[in-house]
Amino acid sequence: MTLLAVEDLVVEYPTRSGPFRAVDRVGFRLRKGGSLAVVGESGCGKSTLARALVRLLTPKSGRIVLDGTDIATLPERKLRPLRRRVQMVFQDPYGSLDPHLTAQQIVAEPLRLGGVSDRAERARRAAELLDQVGLPPSALQRRPADFSGGQRQRIGIARALASRPDVLVCDEATSALDVSVQAQVLALLRELQEETGIAYLVIAHNLGVVREMSTDVVVMRAGRVVEAGPTETVLAAPADPYTRALRRAALDPTAIHGVKPRRVPEGSPS
Amino acid sequence: MTPLLDVRDLQIELVTAHGVVRAVDGVSFTVGRGETVTLIGESGSGKSTTAMGVLRLLPEGLAVLSGSVRIGGRDVLTDPGAARAVRGRTVSLIPQDPMTALSPVHTIGRQLGDAIRLRHPELSRAQARERGVDLLGQVRISRPETRWTSYPHQFSGGMLQRILIAIALAGDPELLVADEPTSALDATVQADVLDLLMELQERTGIGMLMITHDLGVARLVSDRIHVMKDGRFVESGPAGQIVERPAEPYTRDLLAAVPRLGAWDEDGTAIEGAIP
Repeated sequence: MTLLAVEDLVVEYPTRSGPFRAVDRVGFRLRKGGSLAVVGESGCGKSTLARALVRLLTPKSGRIVLDGTDIATLPERKLRPLRRRVQMVFQDPYGSLDPHLTAQQIVAEPLRLGGVSDRAERARRAAELLDQVGLPPSALQRRPADFSGGQRQRIGIARALASRPDVLVCDEATSALDVSVQAQVLALLRELQEETGIAYLVIAHNLGVVREMSTDVVVMRAGRVVEAGPTETVLAAPADPYTRALRRAALDPTAIHGVKPRRVPEGSPS
Repeated sequence: MTPLLDVRDLQIELVTAHGVVRAVDGVSFTVGRGETVTLIGESGSGKSTTAMGVLRLLPEGLAVLSGSVRIGGRDVLTDPGAARAVRGRTVSLIPQDPMTALSPVHTIGRQLGDAIRLRHPELSRAQARERGVDLLGQVRISRPETRWTSYPHQFSGGMLQRILIAIALAGDPELLVADEPTSALDATVQADVLDLLMELQERTGIGMLMITHDLGVARLVSDRIHVMKDGRFVESGPAGQIVERPAEPYTRDLLAAVPRLGAWDEDGTAIEGAIP
């Protein structure tokens, strides 16, 4: 069953020389409990797309249909009750948490906004969520500066889960982390999906992360979808030249053989 | 033959607000001509501190170094004058973040020209420019003569990193220290820069000390890899051996943490009925 359908989505930014189209007629479907990845390099429009999906930006045209309701241009008043259903985990674990609040307060905030008026109840639920993402009880009263990047990202995930969303948009949620910490966070996200049936929209530039975290993938370049399909198929036999360039440039250490193999591609087609 | 870089039992202690931290705890390695030796590790492993220590670029008074570091046969630990003498001549640094490594208010030509004239004070500005344009061509900046008067903001990240490589080459170094030179770049741009470095090495026989957290990058460019953790080498060996037959649990864990990409049809000739 389709949970989120994006159709002909266009997002533009105003510039001095006229509007710049960052997302150009993008479309895809995400099923309930599914995992879709959007992959592409800097400037391809994937983060703009993510921000439009959680309506931090308003698209110029097109539809974002969430469970039957088009939220693409819905005014804030009507959007508010739907916001809890699509949450986001941000890229930078150092810039996306309020440094003044404790971990517990950070996670309790969306509960308060979601109408949980009892303070003790909010604190209890926040503690539960932090436990769910694998942080110890001693973490509750500490502030972001006391945590490592991976721990902060766990707090960000707990905050996003607080409103019990149907879709989690992970915008490069692990790209700032060490590879061993990344592996832990990816494992956590997979476990949470098994437990809760949440759907993931994974924005990434790392094809390895895409392969681990998605069943379907959309490849973007210059605001447009250049290739889409099941992740295994797209990675095993990419059809579009740009996807091929991305695939060639992705260095899987175990797939490189010989002494100084010089197996480097020509780069992106221009 | 004397290696370009010979590091023995290097220890680096850093003075921090929380006391003295031993960031590098007795590492030894060499880099020879035409070789790439990589220090790989995660945040806080001491890999960048090692590189900066080798170049004597850690703040004096806040970093205490012991052991021995010889660059081109000169001991740069006991003789700070030697460190100054080899930097920008025998050895150059390629920094990590190309977006902030250049002055935003000076043209590319000015910054590259200065680097050239530092090494060759006898050259006139015009001669330095001629040489600089040639270097920009070598690092694959197209129509370099037209880019001489451009400012850093007029270039992409990948182009800036190539310009920084040109600046590093300005002193005709025998050794390059590259501190995560492609970590800030997109995958396809990273591929271009790595390819450039490998081609450069093939052509000139320059030695390279590469610092990276990326096992794929390390496997591609290195002759030898040292896996670093908590200031020590936990495993060292030829690149192929480290990736294909890691001996230490930590190396195996690092490799296991890298998401796999799976096989792919590189030539675009899909094989019917092939087992995936």
